Parts: sequence; structure tokens; C-alpha cells
Amino acid sequence: MLAVDRLGVRAGELDLVTEVSFTVSAGERVGLIGESGSGKSLTATALLGLLPEELTASGSVRVAGVEHELVGAPERLLTKLRGSRLAMVFQEPMTALNPAMRVIDQVAEAREVHHPGRDRVLVEADALRLLEQVRLPEVATLARAYPHQLSGGQRQRVLLAMALANDPDVLVCDEPTTALDVTVQAQLLELILAGVAERGAALLFITHDLAVVATVCERVLVMYGGRVVEAGPVREVLTEPRHHYTRGLLDASDLESTDEHGRLHAIPGTVPAAGEFPSGCVFRTRCGRADEQCADLPPWTGVPDHGHACWHPVGGDS
Amino acid sequence: MRSLVLGGALVGLIVLAALLSFLWTPYDPTLVDAALRLRGVDWAHWLGTDRFGRDVASQLMVGARTTLYVGLVAVGVAALVGTPLGLLAASGPRWLGELVARVNDLVLAFPALLLAIMLGAGFGASTGTAMIAIGVATVPSFARVARAAAMQVLTTEYVLAARSAGRRPLAISVRHVLPNVAGLLIVQSSVSFGIAVLAEAALSFLGLGTQPPTPSWGRMLQESQELLAVQPRLVVVPGVAIALAVLGFSLLGDGLRDRLDPRLKGVGDAGR
Repeated sequence: MLAVDRLGVRAGELDLVTEVSFTVSAGERVGLIGESGSGKSLTATALLGLLPEELTASGSVRVAGVEHELVGAPERLLTKLRGSRLAMVFQEPMTALNPAMRVIDQVAEAREVHHPGRDRVLVEADALRLLEQVRLPEVATLARAYPHQLSGGQRQRVLLAMALANDPDVLVCDEPTTALDVTVQAQLLELILAGVAERGAALLFITHDLAVVATVCERVLVMYGGRVVEAGPVREVLTEPRHHYTRGLLDASDLESTDEHGRLHAIPGTVPAAGEFPSGCVFRTRCGRADEQCADLPPWTGVPDHGHACWHPVGGDS
Repeated sequence: MRSLVLGGALVGLIVLAALLSFLWTPYDPTLVDAALRLRGVDWAHWLGTDRFGRDVASQLMVGARTTLYVGLVAVGVAALVGTPLGLLAASGPRWLGELVARVNDLVLAFPALLLAIMLGAGFGASTGTAMIAIGVATVPSFARVARAAAMQVLTTEYVLAARSAGRRPLAISVRHVLPNVAGLLIVQSSVSFGIAVLAEAALSFLGLGTQPPTPSWGRMLQESQELLAVQPRLVVVPGVAIALAVLGFSLLGDGLRDRLDPRLKGVGDAGR
């Protein structure tokens, strides 16, 4: 349904995202994980052609049923596809809704954009139905409310309703639950899963929460420094990681294991600023296993949707 | 809050006086009566009479009408032209934004008084030319406020969300940007209104604005200036009226800013 091939994002001379390739088929749920600053959100924005003016994308993004290549596609075409074939749920429910518009109008608008000329009464009925689908409580009252009168979870429901308004083929969720309470998180994840399942849509789910990936996704891509460093089925990647970065992420998420000083595991150092990633393996400056060989770019081992890029994979070569 | 109430009260008083003048004034403000020249303050003439024997209180009331009329049209013109220009400059291509900014600078650099004199020379001095001159001179401030505010709104996530939903730039400007900059534009209107009141008075004082016999605060000043030493009341009354009007609109603008400025918004919402 969605095929991304060697997608890159550049800011002038600076590579922010490099050679990201993956596919998501209809009904499939793929996770994209990594720390902040690893290029996850940029990848998502590039998919929809929403990069800020000063950034340029290269490579290829194709959506099933669309003749045209999406990278560098004319704005007219992209405008037509956004919201109808490709939709996105944003991270910050507090800021992603227009504060000056009633929520039902915003959902109605999302629907109306791709159904011009549809009767206003019908559009409002559609919007109300969508809000019911995402189980917005007290729909009759809250639909007429302004965003500031809603809680974070309720707003995220509204955003989901807007994203699903035109039954997209591809739904991109950019950390949709990060800003929410854990209890609300689970409800929203269920809604997202139900929403894409009903529509047979492809889901690209961006998060840094490994537990969320484990519940939501079938496959996962691990990103670091703007590159995909490991990819594969969730179960495999999360239990037998091959890349040391994935290993580090997993150790850091494990709240039961500690090091010899009784402290939780952490990946040493911090994510470098954009443009300050090392040459060769992007992770080598923070990797315990790095040696001279890592100064060369490690090749991708395996197939695009299942493999890793590391000279010294965890568990040895196989 | 205090400035909102005080400004609102002053503006309300002027609006009330202007509205009342349609129905009733103590005397006909244009009625000349040589026998009643330069009467002081008394029960028959609350603010006395001028050197033609016209009732000052009545002139003041009808003058409020002129003041509001000029301000309304001038600010209306400025808002209707300046706002779309500013929005277009913010959301359109970069060269368009630059062009609008430069033309803005040009109009701002051009003395408004000179513009009024030119328009007066071309079309004859009247309330109408004064309104247009003030309006044109006020366009840049609206375009600037609209552009700056719109550029800020355009970087918000809800605009990005609207784009990701397939909204076209024009629709985004009208549906998402305009409602969110409207507060600032209302503030700007109030502030500009105060400036327009002062400008109208100045133009009428110079004979470039409202022509006799229509009463205008600026002309009341001008007609009485030689009597400043003899009858200061005749200068003080319209002068104070102008000052209070400008103060009222400025305070109102200030108060509205506290209420409507998005940067201050949310402070009061937090507890809800």
C-alpha cells in the first residue's frame, strides 16, 4: 500500500534522513521507533510532502493506486491525496486543533475537503458519526464544544476522527499517545487499531515507547541518526535484537534489570545534534562494541523489511 | 480590566451622544443668532455659545457623529484592505510577502498629511476625502499586524494538521488563520480608531476635512482659536472632547488586548 524507497531529507548540505526504505501493505501495522532526534517525525512529514520549505526530500514514496511518485509531486496532487489517501494523527493534541473552531466543524471540514458540494446537513451527520466511532463521551454536547473545553484524550479522539474521516489507505500516527495518561493511552490505541482494521488501512506508527510498539505493531523499524538501523517482525526485534542500538533501547526500557551499581541501564551519551552524527555507523560514538571497522558504513544485512546494519551484530553473524 | 471599563465607558459616552444627536439636540447646531453671541455657561446653553451664537453643546453632540463616522469608515477601509493583504503576504510566496512589506514601508514613509492635501486638491476637501486619506494611511498598520500574526499562526500544528487533511492554502487562510488573528485585528481597530479621530480633527482644523456647516470637533477648535484669550471655553470644550475620544479608544484597545491577545490567552483558562 505504501512503498518508501531510499527516502532522504536534506537541509542544505545536511542529511537529516538518509536512505530510509520500507513498505507497509494494506492492513499491516508497522512501527517506527527511536529516540527523539532520530528522524522519525521528519520521515513522516516527508511522506505527506509537508516538509518545511527549507528542507528537501529525495528518493521515492509510492502509494498504491496513485500513478505519480509522491516525492517532488506537484502540490495540487499532494493536496488531493492528503486526508483522503494519506492521513496523519499528530503528537500534540493540545495544539493540533484550531482553538477558534468547534470540534464538530473541524471534523466536518476534514470530511468536506474531499467531498465538496456535499450537503452541509449530511456532512455534519458524518462528522457526528465519526466522533461517535472514536467514542467521544457525551458526543451531543462535546461536539459543539471548543477544543479548550476538551481533555487531551478527548482531543486526540477528535484528531483521530479527522484523520479517519475519508477512510485513508495509509494512516501515519506520530506519537499519538505520548502526551496522554497511560490509562487513556490504551483506549486510544484500541481505537486506532479498530479504525485501521475496519478500513483495511496501512498503519505507520511512530513512537519511542517499546511497549506501545509491542501492542500495536506487527513489524518494526528502528531509526537512529536518520537511518533505519534494524527492521523486522516486532517479536523478533524486541526479543532478539541484532543492532546494538536496539539492544540499548531494550535495556533502557527494562525497569527490572540494573547494572552493577544498581542503576537502570541507559545508552551512554546523548543523541548528537543533526549534522553531528559520525561517519560510518551512525551509532558508533555511543556503542560499546564499536571498533575501526565501524568507521565504514555497515551494509544492510538481510531483506529491506527484515535485517540490520551493523558490523558486529548482537549474537554474532548468522 | 480597568482600562477596558474606562475605555469602554468613554467610547460608549461618545457613541451615545452621537446616537442621541440624531433624535434630539438642545438647539439646532447650525442655527446662527447674533443676539446670542459668546454667551457663557448657563442653564439655557450648558456649554455656552460660539461667536456666531451657535449652541456649543449641540455642536459637540453632532460633531461626535462626524468623528465616529470618519473613524468607522477610515478604519473599515484600512481593515478591509490591510487584512487580506497581510494574510496574503504571510501565506503567499516569499516575493509577495516582501513586496507587500516594501509597499507598506513606502506608504508609512509618505506623510499622511501630504496625502490628505493631495487628495483634497484633487477631489476637493470634504469629510469623504479625509476618510479616504486616513484610511489609506492606516492600511499598512493593519497589513503589518495581520502579516505578523498570520505568520505565527501558520507555524502552528493545527495549520499543519489542516494541510495534512488536504486543505488548500486559501481555505487555511480564511478558516484557520483569520479567526485566530481576529482578536489582534480588533485591538488594532480600536487603536487605529483613536488615531483616526485625532487625524480627522487635525484635517478639519486645517480645513482639509469636514466643511462648514457640518459640525466637527476639529473645526470648532479652528473657528475659536482667535478667541483663546477671551473665551478659552470655546477651545477647551472641543479639545477635551478630542482628547477623551482618543484616550477612550486607546484604553479600549489596551483592555481588549489583555483579553484577546493569544500570547496572554490561556492564562485565565488554566483553572477551568
